[in-house]
Amino acid sequence: MSEVKEKESWFSPKNIKLLTDPIDSKNPITVLVLGICSALAVTVKLKPAIVMAISVTVVTAFSNLIISLIRNSIPNRIRIIVQLVVIAALVIIVDQILKAYVYDVSKQLSVFVGLIITNCIIMGRLEAFALGNKPWPSFLDGIGNGLGYGLILVVVAFFRELLGSGTLFGYRVVPVEWYIKNGGFYENNGMMILPPMALITVGIIIWIQRSRNRKLIEE
Amino acid sequence: MKALRNYIDKIKPHFQKGGRFGMFHSTFDAFETFLFVPDTVTTKGSHIRDAIDLKRTMSMVIIALMPAMLFGMWNVGYQYTLSIGASWSFWQTFWFGFLKVLPLIVVSYGVGLSIEFAFAQVRGHEVNEGFLVSGLLIPLIMPVDVPLWMLAIAVAFAVVIGKEVFGGTGYNVFNPALLARAFMFFAYPSHMSGDKVWIAGLAKGQGVIDGFSGATPLANAAAYQMDKMPSAYDMFMGFIPGSVGETSTLAILIGASILIITGIGSWKIMVSVFGGGLAAGLLFNAFAVNPYMQIPAWQHLIMGGFAFGAVFMATDPVTASHTEKGKWIYGFLVGFLALLVRVLNPAYPEGMMLAILLMNVFAPLIDFYVVEANIRRRMNRTKKVVNS
Repeated sequence: MSEVKEKESWFSPKNIKLLTDPIDSKNPITVLVLGICSALAVTVKLKPAIVMAISVTVVTAFSNLIISLIRNSIPNRIRIIVQLVVIAALVIIVDQILKAYVYDVSKQLSVFVGLIITNCIIMGRLEAFALGNKPWPSFLDGIGNGLGYGLILVVVAFFRELLGSGTLFGYRVVPVEWYIKNGGFYENNGMMILPPMALITVGIIIWIQRSRNRKLIEE
Repeated sequence: MKALRNYIDKIKPHFQKGGRFGMFHSTFDAFETFLFVPDTVTTKGSHIRDAIDLKRTMSMVIIALMPAMLFGMWNVGYQYTLSIGASWSFWQTFWFGFLKVLPLIVVSYGVGLSIEFAFAQVRGHEVNEGFLVSGLLIPLIMPVDVPLWMLAIAVAFAVVIGKEVFGGTGYNVFNPALLARAFMFFAYPSHMSGDKVWIAGLAKGQGVIDGFSGATPLANAAAYQMDKMPSAYDMFMGFIPGSVGETSTLAILIGASILIITGIGSWKIMVSVFGGGLAAGLLFNAFAVNPYMQIPAWQHLIMGGFAFGAVFMATDPVTASHTEKGKWIYGFLVGFLALLVRVLNPAYPEGMMLAILLMNVFAPLIDFYVVEANIRRRMNRTKKVVNS
């Protein structure tokens, strides 16, 4: 290596792309269809969805960073177990922090914080990106994918909480007088609270996204 | 007629490409072919010529639905007179029910057709006739007192998620009418089940006489109140509370005969659904551990929406099995599962809807294996000939 490699700036266009691509055209949920299970489970209310989104973002970003740092010393045959150790450690830290500071949300999320370990997005990004890239781009990629995941979660949770419970962040949006039992005409849509409706909502998002961006339509 | 034809010919150029209303081409086309048989002829190749097309088929189903609908209107009025303890003349009773059911039909057609037309315009294809039947089926499988805005949402859901997502009429996986009902059932359960919703005005507590419950036979049976169940004659004729069009087995059988004579509905599916129901009923009788399982197997066939589902829902040519052998299997399982859900799961008093929707999913799989078996059988036959 005779020529001196030019040092890439921290926020070069290429790195920014790593951050923004997963939000739309490489979205983990709507395009790669990863991490669907937790998207169904935690989107009944907005608050748990946002907490979940932040947790996943943190775990993805830091596990990407750590694995990328040690990527050259991981023996290829045991790389999955090494990845799992890193993810599990981070998830436990996140879980403990949630329990310490937002106990009620932590109780609502219950087992799903622990299940971040099995979230396909994290393993997918480690395998596909962090193992072959430098720490800083890997970190950005992790944040980008976490945000892309979180965006869908928040959109789905917004509609499910608004239509299913008539509230947002626990605050009443639909006036109480509107309800039939109070002499009004309105009723909450019970189906919005059931998991299938999350799947349908994600489906509608995919539909809208692909009719706007025709490149995403598979042959 | 002549004047209408002339008028349509006169305004036609405006709706063709480049005309003033060129963008409404498909809307115009829909109305023109609805009024007159299209005169377009195929010029290439040989084709089977038949007087019937999708529009005529759908119109035939509508005619077959008429007895159930008209009886349903009268029954809405009749059940109301029972609940207030009045005795009205025939026409007064019918008129009351007519005014109650008409808004449901108007909303169902209005919402569904506007979505269909909108999608046809955006996609630039013709308006399909698929909703003609669904639009009438939906009000007939709803409780009469369902709030209209809920009905509108259910119809919109069924048309968009059940049909247009998959590409429109003929591509849908589920029966759209049943999907509308399933949506209502899961989204607004308090308006789709219980004792109060089946009779006009009962939920609002309008003048109820003592001792009148309004529970459907299915609800009675599920609660083991066998003494409160109406007589088999009442259930067959349809003098019972229930969704608008489902109560009268007699009216449904008239519709069924129209469908079978014109060859539009598959008699194989209808027969096998009833057969499946009967088989499950006999099975329950043999292993009866509670009063619900003891009721005669044939009584299940005239209770609730079983007959209506068997004749008008399970036979939907798009979502049912297509192979002849597959139709027997499909129908039998629909009937069997309907009774299974009905009797063994107290959370869902009516199993017909869920059974048909479930089998809609499996219909292509049944077809696949029927076709595979056929191929294998013929392969063996040729092998035998070759080997000998």
